[in-house]
Amino acid sequence: MNLPLDWRAGSGSGVLAVRDLHLSRHGRDVLQDIHLTAHPGRVLALIGPNGAGKSSLLGVLAGALAPNRGEVSLDGRPLALWPSPALARRRAMLSQNVQLDFAFRVEEVVMLGRTPNGRRHLQAQDARVIEQALQLAQAAHLRGRNYLQLSGGEQQRVQLARVLAQVWEQDEGPAWLLLDEPEAGLDIAHQHDMLRQMRALSRRGYGVIVVLHDLNLAARYADEVALLAQGRLLRAGTPEYALDPQALSKIYALGLERIDAGQGRWMLLPS
Amino acid sequence: MNSVGAVLPAARARMGHGVVLAGLCAALLIIATLAMGCGAMPIRAEDVLGALLRWIGAHPAQGDDAIVLSLRLPRVLMAALAGAGLACSGAVMQGMFRNPLVEPGLIGVSAGSALGAISVIVLGGAASVGWLGSFGVTAAAFAGGLLTTALVYMLGRRRADIATLLLAGVAINAIAMAGIGVLTYMASERQLRDLSLWTLGSLGGTDWRRLLAAAPWIVLSLAWLPLHARALNALLLGEREAGLLGYRTRPLQRRLIALTALATGAAVASCGVIGFVGLLVPHAIRLAWGPDHRLLLPASALGGAILLIGADTVARTMVAPAELPIGILTALLGGPFFLWLLLRARDGGVRA
Repeated sequence: MNLPLDWRAGSGSGVLAVRDLHLSRHGRDVLQDIHLTAHPGRVLALIGPNGAGKSSLLGVLAGALAPNRGEVSLDGRPLALWPSPALARRRAMLSQNVQLDFAFRVEEVVMLGRTPNGRRHLQAQDARVIEQALQLAQAAHLRGRNYLQLSGGEQQRVQLARVLAQVWEQDEGPAWLLLDEPEAGLDIAHQHDMLRQMRALSRRGYGVIVVLHDLNLAARYADEVALLAQGRLLRAGTPEYALDPQALSKIYALGLERIDAGQGRWMLLPS
Repeated sequence: MNSVGAVLPAARARMGHGVVLAGLCAALLIIATLAMGCGAMPIRAEDVLGALLRWIGAHPAQGDDAIVLSLRLPRVLMAALAGAGLACSGAVMQGMFRNPLVEPGLIGVSAGSALGAISVIVLGGAASVGWLGSFGVTAAAFAGGLLTTALVYMLGRRRADIATLLLAGVAINAIAMAGIGVLTYMASERQLRDLSLWTLGSLGGTDWRRLLAAAPWIVLSLAWLPLHARALNALLLGEREAGLLGYRTRPLQRRLIALTALATGAAVASCGVIGFVGLLVPHAIRLAWGPDHRLLLPASALGGAILLIGADTVARTMVAPAELPIGILTALLGGPFFLWLLLRARDGGVRA
């Protein structure tokens, strides 16, 4: 599919790009013909109906899934050529439902995120990063608690802190945060706070790619939106362009319209 | 997945890893000294230490030194190594399977090792006697253990819930026991006596030769496994997450499987099947000091050594001059504990 907006920009430092991506799993085409270039310093939201391939695309971008065809590159260098620990210091991913069944303390869970940095830094540095990451994820007050005794939303925030701690320093180039439905299980205040923080992080040089189900969160916080359906990238561009009510109504099979919310803001609501 | 860990207390002792390990080392030395004093001929602790010092210093032996040095020392060392190997393997398997209920005995790895070892003894005939034979038996036990762990791991990867793993363990145990049963029919009168002890576990008849045939493998595994502590911590989040943290999980898992099979196989080849050590010890350590493998692995090794030295001392003194198979003792301790864990997991409202 031809994209009205050409995202195939040059391969500057920090750029995360996929070219001609095809992925099939269990004999089913999950992703087809995807071209996408993402730049650090911006928030890109991946949206689309269930089964559109959003999580798979995120997995491919992270290097956790190997595509059947096509190539993912960071800094213009294919992910397959990156040494795993070096790649782990440049991109972190928050998966859906991370299952951890052992009674770690909250700060020990965040410490797991420091693994790829382990031998390069002093323990004092790790402790500082863990503290800051916990604060940013609004989980600092959970320090010392048994992870298994936290609520789902609290666990989610601790996992977010772990992911942040993994790429905290950014001293080897712009780092990527790939988040798969990070707002799941969070209350509305924490949802907005989390996306605000992601936006703030992107302004500090991080590249953020986030799978969202809430179209209005995407409209409000994303710099760019990519709309996927049935494994294909339908639209990519500004929220105004990508979140087109007509296109959305068609792929979600639900009438959606744009409502003016004042101050230049708008919302998508079922009509 | 079950989450047995949920029963752990929110607060637990905050102690430096060094302090914990030093304390366990001290406890191990004390219990080893006391254990060498126990037996048909009681020997005072200072005489045990004296015998050891004279031996190390190559001074002439006195009094009961021979009992300590040629009978009790190899046996205590064997118990320590087997306990350490089994407990450390248990801790590693639990991390690798992300399941706190997995244990070499329960999922059939010990039975697989025993089948390997017994095959060589019965079918190998004269080849299984002597130095070379001891290594052959150990190698066969290792191969049996490796095969079983790999098999269970492949089953567990598809559906990693505890029910599948334990049922696979039941099946594998049954198959191995059937194999052992067939071999029992083929065995000679003399081999038969060895075999019966094997399935229940015993350290009876341990001498320096048997110890030295097993020691290198267990020591290698015990020295190497703790280097994977951080990787195991990452694996607790899942294979994919460990990969995202920069680990190459396939080679890592293969190495862990080989090392646990090596320790378990060597322990089984020399002492038979001793169950539940790999379950009891890591659980006790996690309860006290948390699941961080950097402490868990060495502490489990030390705790396993302490447990097995203690259990073996009871086994050889309680019904003296006869001996209880040590596997019966560990099962008496571990069986109820395992049931308790299962019940707690179910009451916690989680799938078990």
